Amino acid sequence: MAESVLKEIIPPVTEVQRAPLWRRIWEAVQLPALALFTAFVVGGFIIALSDFKVLEALADTISRLNPLGYALLILTVMVLIGGVLISRRPEVILRRLRFAGTGRQSRWFNIIAVLLTIAAVIILLVVIGFGPVLALAWSAVTGAYGALIEGSLGNSAQIVTALQSGDSRAIALAFYPISESLVASTPYIFAGLAVALGFRCGLFNIGAEGQLFIGALTSVFVGYSITGLPAILHIPLALGAGALGGALWGFVPGFLKARVGAHEVINTIMMNYIAFRLSEWLLNGPMKRPGAVPVSPFIEASAQLPRFFPDPIRFHLGFFIALGVAVFIWWFLFKSKWGFEIRTVGANPSAARYAGMNIALNIILAMCMSGALAGLAGANEVLGVNYNLANAFSSGYGFDSIALALLGRSHPFGVVLAALLFGTLRSGGTRMQNVAQIPIDIIIVVQALVIAFIAAPGIIRAIYRIVKPGEGEVVFTRGWGR
Amino acid sequence: MATTTAVQTPRYTPAQLAAMAERRRHRIIGTIMVLLGFAGLVLFANNADPAAVSTFGLNTGRTAVIRLGDLVVPTQATVIALSSLCLFIGGYQIIRGFGKSTNAVFGLIILFFIASFLVWATGDKSINLAAMINSTLLRAVPLTLGALSGVMSERAGVVNIAIEGMMLSGALVATITGSLAGSLWVGVAGAVLTGVLLSLFHAVLSIRYKVDQIISGTVINIFSVGITSFISAKFLSEFPRLNNPGIFRSEPVPLLSAIPILGPIFFDNNFFVYAMFALLIVVHVALFYTRWGLRTRAVGEHPKAADTLGINVFRTRYTAVLLSGALAGFAGAYFTLGSVGRFDEGMTAGRGFIALAAMIFGNWTPFGAFGAALIFGFADSLQSRLAILNVPIPSQFLLMAPYIATMIALAGLIGRTTPPAADGKPYEKQ
Repeated sequence: MAESVLKEIIPPVTEVQRAPLWRRIWEAVQLPALALFTAFVVGGFIIALSDFKVLEALADTISRLNPLGYALLILTVMVLIGGVLISRRPEVILRRLRFAGTGRQSRWFNIIAVLLTIAAVIILLVVIGFGPVLALAWSAVTGAYGALIEGSLGNSAQIVTALQSGDSRAIALAFYPISESLVASTPYIFAGLAVALGFRCGLFNIGAEGQLFIGALTSVFVGYSITGLPAILHIPLALGAGALGGALWGFVPGFLKARVGAHEVINTIMMNYIAFRLSEWLLNGPMKRPGAVPVSPFIEASAQLPRFFPDPIRFHLGFFIALGVAVFIWWFLFKSKWGFEIRTVGANPSAARYAGMNIALNIILAMCMSGALAGLAGANEVLGVNYNLANAFSSGYGFDSIALALLGRSHPFGVVLAALLFGTLRSGGTRMQNVAQIPIDIIIVVQALVIAFIAAPGIIRAIYRIVKPGEGEVVFTRGWGR
Repeated sequence: MATTTAVQTPRYTPAQLAAMAERRRHRIIGTIMVLLGFAGLVLFANNADPAAVSTFGLNTGRTAVIRLGDLVVPTQATVIALSSLCLFIGGYQIIRGFGKSTNAVFGLIILFFIASFLVWATGDKSINLAAMINSTLLRAVPLTLGALSGVMSERAGVVNIAIEGMMLSGALVATITGSLAGSLWVGVAGAVLTGVLLSLFHAVLSIRYKVDQIISGTVINIFSVGITSFISAKFLSEFPRLNNPGIFRSEPVPLLSAIPILGPIFFDNNFFVYAMFALLIVVHVALFYTRWGLRTRAVGEHPKAADTLGINVFRTRYTAVLLSGALAGFAGAYFTLGSVGRFDEGMTAGRGFIALAAMIFGNWTPFGAFGAALIFGFADSLQSRLAILNVPIPSQFLLMAPYIATMIALAGLIGRTTPPAADGKPYEKQ
């Protein structure tokens, strides 16, 4: 009797769960990977189309076009449209051609159609005389992305020669880009975990940026105002202060959401701006270092997170703390009773209430933890990298973290991977700006596109014709009201 | 555990409960009024110099035919009078209550409080009241337009937190198209079109692909920050000619601008101020007095019912979101074409979110949003004058005021704001 009831309650194991590991990993990774790829392709178009040389060459070529050229150009556009149409609806075309293909065949047909279309368009454009333009565009895009990779991961030849020479200074320089990427990834791990934890509870914490500011404020205050402590006490104290400050900033919207149902999105946005103004005031007044610039005093040496290598390399303990926190959050979310309750409240509040869980308490707890994680991101920056706090020091870590929580599918390990990626993008973007004269803001555009593609998997599935897996779409948040 | 959740006999009927909540709310408001009165006495009257007088200028200069003398009041006496009035009215509110006109009385009390603050802050100096009201109005323009954009889309059930991004992009495109064409009107058209394009993206994502509307709005916000900074760094810094559209000059309305005080404030402004008033009325009438508006609101409140009655939910939402984008783009044009005449990176500086706050504060109605925008605009214009007045309040705290006020309003302490019932929920046709 009981067994038959259980059989009815517990759903049968689905295909995805039974599939081998590599297949499950592929299922999990293919959408983010394709989203990233597509976003970078779009970014490449933006880079190419904003390159002055490309634009000049383009204008030049168009001005020298003869009637035949115009005719061929129209033909090219038609080929492009035709190719897109064919690749969209291959079944229809195949039926016309009396190939009653199965799904698998039509998929190959689809890929071949796309490749053929691209090839045909390129050949036609070269024939018309757009060859130099395409070459310039290609070199602009590869130059930009090449600088991005070199700036974030380093030059492989340089690394090899440095390792062969055995000179410690050369090795340090060769690995400097990678270390900078890791340094940039560290706050992303914390902030991404913050947003991901919120998502798991059905909360959209846009306030990571503000919580990060408050965390930086409190930890820098503890860092410079308390003197004479040994590092072993001072560092945890300063980190804890950062977490506490962030948690406080997360508590307010969480409390309001739990008690009166005020939507956390609005409240976290408002709390962001309150945090900005508050830090502006503190840095111009009570916490200002003597002098003209609104900057806090430097923290004591005992509060600095230790660095592992001599000076140019800023890689510090914070990275390992971040990894440890990620493991803890994974344990908390998936192995502890608290995490189970938080996830249940996020997935189905009614079920959670019916099961006797305290929804208000879980929402408040999730927002506090989310805020604490974001606060740790801020604390990590001031204790490990800057050693002081200046106005607008964060430049959007909190906002980028929304993108990387989505990219990491709100799973702590996914978030770590996404954070590593975003950290490399951020540190490589600086070099791209210097070498290829591409403003670093293109990275922000790419990130926005990544969020769009991840949040709307329908677009990616439509582009690459991927069959929708069995799982339902995740709803992250609800309406303004309750 | 199980026994406590057993059926309890209701002690009060729902109507009684509602009346109790209403009485409680009135008492809270009364208490706040009394507290404001006390605050006025303790903070302002107590610290005022008994001999000081506050001087308020009433002329903005340009077109006033009749010039008025300055308004001079004794600082301490005025503050005491205003605060006592607050105390008295607040006490009456606690004991008897003003009933339905409570909100209006509360607005009046806030006005008194602000007035007593101004009188105290001005103490022994002079401040140009007319110019201040005018700058309040100007600062309220982008907030009002942005809030109208929010009202438009949220009334149809689509949350639009992308007002900020649409304004930013609109500001950039306005300056580029305006400079290229050498015409401000082309700039306005470009900004509106940009808003429409971005909102089309928002609409397709949130209506067709049923993406979480907050995420799709966030995408637009982040995308706009990136792409405007990119274009600005790549092109505008290289070709300054592209960033020089000029601005709309103020054009006094012939007779009306000669009215003392009110004339220069309301009828001697640039195109955007007049457009704001016009759009305010248009949106209000369209939403509340036309068949289209009724349908739009029905879709925002109960899409399934609307669908059953034959209203095309998707098309209604698309229309509303696109109009919302047009309004936000237009608001963006104000920053470049109506204000400073050039684009700077991140120049909207969170005003889109204040507009969102104004919409919530105004309870999702056009005129309520306008009122809220005026209050927020006043806080903004006040903080820029604090430095002159030498008041011991950091300007940052006044800049925080809109955000804190919104959180209080949203928390329902002073009365609940009620968003459209289906706001933020994708509609799944069955």
